[in-house]
Amino acid sequence: MAQHQVKFGTGLPVALTTVDKIVNWGRSNSLWVLTYGLACCGIEMMASGASRYDFDRFGTIFRASPRQAEVMVIAGTLTKKHAEFIRRLYDQMAEPKWVISMGSCANTGGMFNTYATVQGADRVIPVDLYLPGCAPRPETLQYAVMMLQKKIRREPANQNKNIPQKRFI
Amino acid sequence: MQQANRLRPFFENLAFDREDSQMIINFGPQHPSAHGQLRLILHLDGEQVVKANPDIGYLHRGMEKMAENMIYNEFLPTTDRMDYIASSSNNYGFALAVEKLLGIEEQVPRRAKIIRTMLLELNRIVSHEFWLATHALDVGAMSVFLYAFREREWALDLIEDYCGARLTHSAIRIGGVPLDLPDGWTGHLAGYLDKVERAVREDYEALLDENRIWKMRLENVGIIDQEMARSWGTSGIMLRGSGYHWDLRKEMPYEIYSELDFDIPVTDKCDSYGRYKLYMEEMRQSIKILRQLIPLYHQSEAKLMANVPQYISAPKEQIMTQNYSLMQHFVLVTQGMRPPVGEVYVATESPKGELGFYINSQGEPYPYRLKIRTPSFFHTGILQDLLPGHQLADVVTIIGSTNIVFGEVDR
Repeated sequence: MAQHQVKFGTGLPVALTTVDKIVNWGRSNSLWVLTYGLACCGIEMMASGASRYDFDRFGTIFRASPRQAEVMVIAGTLTKKHAEFIRRLYDQMAEPKWVISMGSCANTGGMFNTYATVQGADRVIPVDLYLPGCAPRPETLQYAVMMLQKKIRREPANQNKNIPQKRFI
Repeated sequence: MQQANRLRPFFENLAFDREDSQMIINFGPQHPSAHGQLRLILHLDGEQVVKANPDIGYLHRGMEKMAENMIYNEFLPTTDRMDYIASSSNNYGFALAVEKLLGIEEQVPRRAKIIRTMLLELNRIVSHEFWLATHALDVGAMSVFLYAFREREWALDLIEDYCGARLTHSAIRIGGVPLDLPDGWTGHLAGYLDKVERAVREDYEALLDENRIWKMRLENVGIIDQEMARSWGTSGIMLRGSGYHWDLRKEMPYEIYSELDFDIPVTDKCDSYGRYKLYMEEMRQSIKILRQLIPLYHQSEAKLMANVPQYISAPKEQIMTQNYSLMQHFVLVTQGMRPPVGEVYVATESPKGELGFYINSQGEPYPYRLKIRTPSFFHTGILQDLLPGHQLADVVTIIGSTNIVFGEVDR
């Protein structure tokens, strides 16, 4: 987080950093996930929150309400009947927000190339990370969260994807 | 303000503003306690449910239609994604139905049958542990969730050792099993059985049996009387929890269940607490079955697939040495097996209840029609009869106690 550390005398050192970095540091280490278990991957998502894989280590806590969550993990098959709800829940989430598409079904429709299935959740909402597998193991989801943390740390902190940026210069 | 890129809410002719004192609550389809994509339209009078209307289809993936365009072996991995908590039981139900259609169920080698039974019972333990974890989480017992998932992970380790997958196993194939158990697997299994037996006794039951909150939330809640259980077509623990002594493993024994010594726990308490006790008891029975299977496995001959080269590829050695076997194998790989004309319905006792596969074959490599009779579908239907009269807070516990999985309901 800190870019420079200056030590004055015997007291605690002074850390110098940018606002971007400190805001992103806070954001990336407390990613609260919306419980969005749609199908099989939802079970693996629960397993990654449970005793062995212990998602709390990442500061990732599952929240039931979109208002309290900032990451949506689309875990499972998105059907056409459900597509409307995923868009509404995404719109209800507060900025900044990110989306992880978990598993083949959410990425591309996977093995279910049928009349009922949305062929990829990115047809409905923007997706930041795609993680492959059917169903991906909990480690994969943890790796995806780490990749998302990396991505967040690279982004400017005031970026708001859905609202046009105001230019000051 | 409606934005152009947002979808408008759509409420299937539901009037949320009403003249009377009733209130309509939309529960789901994304609800942490709905066990998947269940949507319930609840009419409430105060806190009491007057009318409940389950709305399903949010996970409908068109599996039965997919089956009509797939050869039989191709469809097998799709059945994993039905009851994704206990995949092997689906694999088995489908494999047994096809074997009955082909008329080769007697030719499945004994070792394959033993491994299949092991997988089925291990899946039953996994499924019941998952049920307990989520149900206890819904009622508010977080520690039970963590304990149950710990033991579930150990069972998944065993399954992973065997077939490489945690959730979607595809470990049971038409005509047998593809692999023998790895070295030392039965020893690990025996160790696991001891651990899970201790966990059932000392963790789950010690935490829940006499727990005041657990008893208050579950006792006399969700009462399914005999008449209701029968008329809604329930099966599995939902039926046995209402006093019916009915288990397909005993009524129509498949695999080697007729040789094994186990009991079918039945209760006539009819409420959620009685069903919880049945789940615990069934886990004990599964442990008992698995313990009997370990010596049987070691006595059996190492043969894994049925020897019917016109339907199932012959062993690799035979394919590589005999020309006719190679030709048969080529046809099976490129075109798929062609079962005789006919239809078959085979029901097995999955962890959730009666899981049946109906296959209508016209002699093509593709089934003409494949219908899956899943227990959860019927247990979702019963909610509209079961929920009225209960408090809103009980809705979640009743849904939990029915043990529905939406991959199975909607297919």
